[in-house]
Amino acid sequence: MILAQQLLLGLLIGGIYGLAAAGLSLVFGVLKVLNVAHGELIMLGGYGAFWAVALLGIDPFASLLLVLPLSLLLGLALYWALFGFVVRADEETRVKNSLLIGFGLALALHALAVRLWTADERSIITPYGGAVISVGDLSIPVVRLLSLALAFALIGGLHLLLTHWRWGQAIRATADDWQAALLTGIDVRRAYLLAFAIGTGLAGAAGTLVSIGYSISPSIGLEWTLKALIVVVLAGLGSMIGTFVGGLFLGLAEAASAAAFGGPYREVVGLVIFVVVLVLRPRGLFGR
Amino acid sequence: MLEIRDLVAAYGDVRALSGVTLSVGSGEIVALLGPNGAGKSTLLKSIAGLLRPRAGAIRWEGEDLRSVGAHLIVERGLAMVPEGRRLFGSMTVEENLELGAFAARARPRKRANLDRVYALFPVLSERRRQIVRALSGGQQQMVAVGRALMTNPKLLMLDEPSLGLAPRLVRSILEALVEINRGGVAVFLVEQNVQAALTLAHRGYVLEAGRIVGEGRGADLLRDPHVRRAYLGPLA
Ligand SMILES: Nc1ncnc2c1ncn2[C@@H]1O[C@H](COP(=O)(O)OP(=O)(O)OP(=O)(O)O)[C@@H](O)[C@H]1O
Ligand SMILES: [Mg+2]
Repeated sequence: MILAQQLLLGLLIGGIYGLAAAGLSLVFGVLKVLNVAHGELIMLGGYGAFWAVALLGIDPFASLLLVLPLSLLLGLALYWALFGFVVRADEETRVKNSLLIGFGLALALHALAVRLWTADERSIITPYGGAVISVGDLSIPVVRLLSLALAFALIGGLHLLLTHWRWGQAIRATADDWQAALLTGIDVRRAYLLAFAIGTGLAGAAGTLVSIGYSISPSIGLEWTLKALIVVVLAGLGSMIGTFVGGLFLGLAEAASAAAFGGPYREVVGLVIFVVVLVLRPRGLFGR
Repeated sequence: MLEIRDLVAAYGDVRALSGVTLSVGSGEIVALLGPNGAGKSTLLKSIAGLLRPRAGAIRWEGEDLRSVGAHLIVERGLAMVPEGRRLFGSMTVEENLELGAFAARARPRKRANLDRVYALFPVLSERRRQIVRALSGGQQQMVAVGRALMTNPKLLMLDEPSLGLAPRLVRSILEALVEINRGGVAVFLVEQNVQAALTLAHRGYVLEAGRIVGEGRGADLLRDPHVRRAYLGPLA
C-alpha cells in the first residue's frame, strides 16, 4: 500500500479517536474522574448500533439517532448509581474510588457483552460498504469518510453546546473551578451529571462509528480507553476541537509508524507519544 | 438581615471559629478585620455555604442557611467575592460576567446588571472579549466584583479584594464598593487594609483566633488603642 493511502486511512480512523477521546476528556475535565470504563461504553455503543441494524433493519448511520439518546440515558443511570457518589469525596478518595468503580464497571460490561453477543468479532455490513471514491492513486472508503464527517459534526455540535448553551457554560465553569461555579449559583452536581451523560453519549456515538467502519468485540474496551487517554494527554483539557485534532494526529502518527516500521509497531507509537508529550508539554498541545 | 450566632467551624481537628456572633443590617457596610489565620475566610465560606459549620446559627432574613446548598444561597441574594478572585481563567471577561447571572434571581436583570458593571468598571467593557487570565491583577479583581454583582445580590461579601493591588487600584475598588452600596446593596468586607476599610465602613468587627474581640462604629474602631496598635502600626 502506498504511503499516502496509509496516511489517509490513519486520518480517517483518527477522527474516531478524537470522538472517543472527547467524552473521556469532558468527564475527566469536569468531574476530575478518569473513567477507565470509557472504552467499554464505546464497545456497548457499538453493539447497540449492531442490534439496531440487525433487529430493526435501519441504516447503520441512522442508528446513531437511537444509540446517542440511549447512551445519554445510560450515562444518567450510571451517574446516579455509581459516579455520583464518587464526586462527593475529596480528591484523593475520588481518584481511588473512581478507579475501583471504573474497573468494576469495565469487567461487568465486558461480561455482559460476552453473554449477549458472544466473544466473536463483529461489524455492521452496509449495502454501500465496499464503495470507494478514487482520487488519483488514493481510494477513499465512503463509509469511513462519512464516519469522519459525522465525528467532526458531533465534535462541532459539542463545541457549540459548551459555548452557547446555558448549562454548557456551567459545565465549563465547573471544570475551571467548581467552588467559584457554586458562588455564581450553578448547581455543580447537576453540571457533573450532565457532563457525565454527554460523555457517555459521545462514547456511544464513537462506538457506533467503530462498528460501522471497523469492527467490535467485547474485549475492545481497554484498547479504546487507552487510545482515548493518549489523545486526551496529547491534546490537553479544555478544547474539544483540540481533542479532535489530537485524534487526527494520533491516527496519522500510527499510520506513519506502521509504514516505517511495520504493522506491529502501530500501537507502540501512541504510547511513545504519550510519554513524550507528558515530558515535554504536560498540559498537552491545546491544553489550557 | 444577616445574623450569625455562636458560630463554630473547623477543618478536621483544627478549630477556625470558636463562637462568632455578628450581624449585618440592610444597606450597611460592615468591615471584618483580623490578622492572618484569624478565621475571616472561614467565616465567609461558612456563610456562603462552601463550608458546613459545626455549631451555631446563620440566619438570613429569618431563614437558617446552614442546610441550604451554596448555589441556593446565591438565589437568596448573598454573593461572595472569594479570596484570590477564583475567576474562570479560560473564559473571557464577558463570559465570566454572564456566568454571574446564572442564578434564576439574576437572569431577568442580566442586561441591566451587565451595563451597571461596565459603568462601574469601564475598563472591563473595553476588555470584554479578552481571556481573564491575560488581565492585570486589578482588572481581574474588577471582574470578580462584577461577577458577584451580576448575581443581583442584596448582600455582597468580599474577601480581601485589595490584596496584592497597587494603592491606586485599591482606592478605585473600594470606591466602587461605596458606589455599589449607594445602590442599596449591603457590603460585608474582609480587609487587611484597616485604615481604608474602617473609613468607608459604617461598622466593624475585629476577629482574632476565631473570636470577635472588638466591634463598633468604623470611626470609633479607628480610634481604638488596641486596633491602632495591632493593625495600624506604631506610626499610625
Ligand atoms: N483548608 C484548610 N484546611 C485546614 N486548615 C485550614 C484550611 N483553611 C484554613 N485553615 C486554618 O483555619 C484557620 C483560619 O483560616 P482562615 O483562612 O479562615 O484565616 P484568614 O483570617 O482568612 O487568614 P488570611 O488573612 O491569611 O486569609 C487558620 O489557622 C488556617 O490555618
Ligand atoms: Mg483569608
